Amino acid sequence: MSTKHADSAKQFLYYKGSAQWHNETLWFVRHKRDLVSRSLPEWETLRELSSQIKRHTISHLDTYLEQFAANAEANGAIVHWAVDAKEHNDIVFNILKKHKVRKVVKSKSMLTEECRLNPYLMARGIEVVESDLGERILQLMDQAPSHIVLPAIHLKRQQVGKLFEEKLHTEKDNCDPTYLTHAARKHLRQEFLTADAAMTGANFGVAATGDVVVCTNEGNADMGTSMAKLHIVSMGIEKVIPSYQSLGVFHRLLARSATGQPSTTYTSHYRKPQAGGEFHIVLVDNGRSKIAGNPDHWQTLKCLRCGACMNTCPVYRRSGGYSYTYFIPGPIGINLGMLQAPSRYFDNVSACSLCFSCENVCPAKIDLGHQIYKWRQDLNGLHKADPMKKYMSYGMKYVFKRPVVYHTGLKLAPAINKLPRFLIYNKLNAWGLGRELPQFAKESFSEMWKNNNVKSVKNE
Amino acid sequence: MKIGLFIPCYVNALYPEAGVASYRLLTSLGLDVEYPINQTCCGQPMANAGFESQALPLAERFEALFEKFDYIVAPSASCAAFVRGNYPDILKGQHLCQAFEKIYEICEFLVDVLHVKQLPSAFPHKVSIHNSCHGVRELKLSSASELNIPAYSKIKDLLEMVKGVEVFEPDKPDECCGFGGMFSIEEPEVSVAMGLDKLKNHMATGAEYITGSDSSCLMHMQGIARREGFPIKFIHVVEILAAGL
Repeated sequence: MSTKHADSAKQFLYYKGSAQWHNETLWFVRHKRDLVSRSLPEWETLRELSSQIKRHTISHLDTYLEQFAANAEANGAIVHWAVDAKEHNDIVFNILKKHKVRKVVKSKSMLTEECRLNPYLMARGIEVVESDLGERILQLMDQAPSHIVLPAIHLKRQQVGKLFEEKLHTEKDNCDPTYLTHAARKHLRQEFLTADAAMTGANFGVAATGDVVVCTNEGNADMGTSMAKLHIVSMGIEKVIPSYQSLGVFHRLLARSATGQPSTTYTSHYRKPQAGGEFHIVLVDNGRSKIAGNPDHWQTLKCLRCGACMNTCPVYRRSGGYSYTYFIPGPIGINLGMLQAPSRYFDNVSACSLCFSCENVCPAKIDLGHQIYKWRQDLNGLHKADPMKKYMSYGMKYVFKRPVVYHTGLKLAPAINKLPRFLIYNKLNAWGLGRELPQFAKESFSEMWKNNNVKSVKNE
Repeated sequence: MKIGLFIPCYVNALYPEAGVASYRLLTSLGLDVEYPINQTCCGQPMANAGFESQALPLAERFEALFEKFDYIVAPSASCAAFVRGNYPDILKGQHLCQAFEKIYEICEFLVDVLHVKQLPSAFPHKVSIHNSCHGVRELKLSSASELNIPAYSKIKDLLEMVKGVEVFEPDKPDECCGFGGMFSIEEPEVSVAMGLDKLKNHMATGAEYITGSDSSCLMHMQGIARREGFPIKFIHVVEILAAGL
């Protein structure tokens, strides 16, 4: 009885020092989020507003998308519609090909990860350079992000120092963060200067104005889009919001939830092409319109991709991003993976103790834990239920439906206390791996009640 | 006021003292308390594991057994939360669900229904409160640490009525201990790692006992403490509230 997640988590926890560091580091981010959220008396009102605005927008998605596209086109953008990842990748590739682009710099975008754009472009001879520092580190290591906001959080600076020594020819054994950041800056500056096109994701698309809003801390999106004449935005259709007023609500929540900052360092509004350039927006569905009609799981579309649910998740903090089989980990990733392909990503559904902390930090109030509960109910129908859990559940129902059996069991249970250790503590007993079993009471409550002992026992 | 006492299956078998204390405390407050003998389990273990359908016959039994009572009171936040939160869905189209409106975890019953202001009990010990997830985030027994709302704790308020007790709360006061029903055996390494961290936070308060409303969390932490040889003791909060009655 174990899932791929449980197995990987075991590996992760084997290295106690780094596991502890991962746990504490992400808790620190959660703690910063708590402090900054408490500095706003209206915090809970903002969360409620955010949830309602998202609900409204998602239930009127067609209207807002058409408004957004019309306004963006009126501003001078070229708007494309992609039904799935393949179409998105084709559209992007064809734009790049038309402009004879050899190198494109990208700022962070989970949507392009979802579409697996980088390998697609690279296989077609286009050099792709990630410009977010964490993403660039991972690209140089040929690794995937382990967190959606802090993609390289599983790495330590010593590992980055070694990598830069090899790839960027930095000083041997120098892993001073300032030194390494400066080296990355010099390296990336060269990439910005020589790129033919820039790509960004989109945190928000404002329907009323056609603005694409991108939030970064490094200014890398701005560097990329300022240097290259060609800018392509990949935007999920659920990123559209009605207006600047609603943007105000989301912007106040986003960085506070993500990293505990009042705001990201840079918040850029893109509206029109540079002089002599082109500005493309690719609106991507890739299953989203279907999710909008799913009564149990439509709320996942409210997600701002802040990562707060990962930072608070006690399981994520102790198992790391790579223990999940879907590219987005943590509570939101468990749900998004199941929506993408349940029979491929069902292993992640075990990674939840149903503590519901994720729902309380979520700035869009998504019912993340309750959705995971619902996915568990679906596993049997998908033939992915754990046989042992199924056996136990059916067995429990058998006993609990029959009070006579139950009461006989209660009477016999104390004998288990006296069994030899090897019979109880072995490989079949996952409980006993790190825990002693509880002791059965000599007399159960039911027995005491029947024997009239409840009323006569005096508490200490 | 007729009270039906619900003693969850594992409390019945492992921690009957919590049931006895619940009975004593409620009757000492002048209430008419009965224990329907044919009760078993609310169905939460199988539902959380993904087999909610197996909980349906148990929910139907539960409804029938407790139909005649004004209130159902249980010394378990998690089981009470399951009945309150999940029975309406489970019983949809099957049976009129009443239990969800009548069920209370014992601490919230004392505070919200009985409005208890004083208790005659005494417990001269240092205790650390285990704010269980379903108690905090489903029954709202205390203010969740994630929310920007005024701080409160029904369990703490009750404990402070007990003579001699010194009450502490751990760092990360409502982080999950890692029990989570079958999660504890499906993800045993993560579950135990969470439990160890939680225990350390509790022990750092200097308390002699860890107390709370969910014996399941206490059972999980007690299992780790016994394996590790930690000297900390465990007691259900209702045993403290009823101490000396």
